[in-house]
Amino acid sequence: MGAVVEGKSTGFRAWFNKRLPVDQFMADQLTGYYAPKNFNIWYFFGSLALLVFVMQIMTGIFITMHYKPGELTAFSSVEYLMREVPYGWLLRYLHSTGASAFFIVVYLHMARAMLYGSYKSPRELLWVIGIIIYFVLMAEAFMGYVLPWGNMSFWGAQVIINIFNTIPGIGPDLVEWIRGDYAVADATLNRFFSLHVIAMPFLLALLILLHLVALRQVGSSNPDGIEIKDKLGPDGKPLDGIPFHPYYTLKDIVGVGLFLTLFAIVVFFMPTFGGLFLEKPNFEPANPMSTPEHIAPTWYFTPYYAILRAIPDQRLGALAFALSVLAFVFLPWLDRAKNRSIRYRGMASKFLLGMFFVVFLTLMWLGLQPAEPAYVLLARICIPLYFAFFILLPFVSKADGNGPVPDRVTYNAH
Amino acid sequence: MSDHAADDTVPEVDESRRKFLIAATAGTGAVGAVLTAVPFVASWKPSESARAAGLPTEVDLSKIEPGQMATFFWRKQPIYIVRRTPEMLASLSTHDGELKDKDSKESEQPDYAKNEQRSLKPELLVLVGTCTHLGCLPKTRFTPNDATVMPNWPGGFFCPCHGSKFDLAGRVVTGSPASVNLRVPPYSFKSDNTLVIGLDSKDKGVA
Repeated sequence: MGAVVEGKSTGFRAWFNKRLPVDQFMADQLTGYYAPKNFNIWYFFGSLALLVFVMQIMTGIFITMHYKPGELTAFSSVEYLMREVPYGWLLRYLHSTGASAFFIVVYLHMARAMLYGSYKSPRELLWVIGIIIYFVLMAEAFMGYVLPWGNMSFWGAQVIINIFNTIPGIGPDLVEWIRGDYAVADATLNRFFSLHVIAMPFLLALLILLHLVALRQVGSSNPDGIEIKDKLGPDGKPLDGIPFHPYYTLKDIVGVGLFLTLFAIVVFFMPTFGGLFLEKPNFEPANPMSTPEHIAPTWYFTPYYAILRAIPDQRLGALAFALSVLAFVFLPWLDRAKNRSIRYRGMASKFLLGMFFVVFLTLMWLGLQPAEPAYVLLARICIPLYFAFFILLPFVSKADGNGPVPDRVTYNAH
Repeated sequence: MSDHAADDTVPEVDESRRKFLIAATAGTGAVGAVLTAVPFVASWKPSESARAAGLPTEVDLSKIEPGQMATFFWRKQPIYIVRRTPEMLASLSTHDGELKDKDSKESEQPDYAKNEQRSLKPELLVLVGTCTHLGCLPKTRFTPNDATVMPNWPGGFFCPCHGSKFDLAGRVVTGSPASVNLRVPPYSFKSDNTLVIGLDSKDKGVA
């Protein structure tokens, strides 16, 4: 921040920069932005999330050129895209795989923040903006899933919209307002199309910008969770910091290469990912007369979905569902440890966070299973444990998160 | 401005007047913003054609045999019509203890269907065929004691999505994620075999 561009530019470059400060912007944001030197692979996922966002926008623009919203045209236009548009199948598989990839990198990005306490002061708003991005992303993904108007699109929309029915008083009217008809229908599909291609992407872009502005303001944390700004060299730069460009741009390119390799394998060899990324019932058109035998949302919603359906009361189920999603917002204030990173916390903290990760993944798996008694029972065991994490965190973190931390970041030159 | 340039005395600011003007301007702006939002919000309500398509629908009951169910559409929702047999009707009083809302106090139905059979004519059951839990279509499981549904199953409907169970009057069975009985739409009889879905009956029913 506040880095000064050396006055070596002349001619056109000087003329240009006097009118549009590109060099100054690059110096402030990249070459003059010092990030901790001890980032590990967990720090790939922020830039990867940005990459996937750009990919989704690009593929989305091209898919929209062939897609026709409307209950009579939507399904056939997707088939047309898949079978007749040159490389249409590739555009669609890039977009559908991109949706799942988005959630994979976002979940890992969130797990990183939880491991290293990145959400703690002064990065609370950075975390809250990130969680809002996650919420908007869920809405964006849900609406996108409805657009092909397959049978799972239709019934998924029916089930998710009906959750609002449980809100006391206004529920039924609210549901009718969301659908724009007495059932999920053409009006619903068209408004979801509008929100999916215009409103939500705009909102996401704005939130991502705010996320980056907040990150530049407070600076990145690191696996040790100590502030590099506390140890400045004679030049006023953090001793343990290195310029984001070229050091981290180069490192992130390695991450991008690894990511795109895995991504391409899925796109070309297993685009449905065994029914996880594209579900089988969605290859038949929406049929209001026939509910698929087994309704499961796409995998990234299933932890919450497992909570929703395991509770034998409609209103309580919806309430627990909403709380399980919203709980993440409060982490910066629930965590009362002095130290940020899990490295400098006790066994109880490590066990609690480990338990949460296991419970989250178990619920994710359970949400994909049919509503059979054994699965429902296991989900009912997981639900208290899920909420126990958020309830116990203030006490556990206060008790064992105060040990000594190193003076400087842990770093071994390779 | 130049007239006062040399004048050191700043005219006294009337703070309360300034505060009032700021509040009044902001308030007017806020009211305007809310009013402007009205047409945008209202545009999401069902359109005139969607409403017109939701007018009452006449259906022919003559082809439904006792023990059978037929599905019709009204307001784009499936309407289940079951012609119940005397055995089916007798089964309704066998499991009072296993119902969440036996007397349909919390459930949605016209007054004339707020009885044990939940219908105007005891044998004819008319239900909105969407699960009150999250809107899937419950499937028919009319055979009593079907162990794949539950032990001592009285016969009724089973929702495959989340496992809600309803008896032959659409009443929700304890242990289901659904909390209320299947909805009964407003309906009336035009003749013995013609039912009008969506038009309330003038008959007060048995209850």
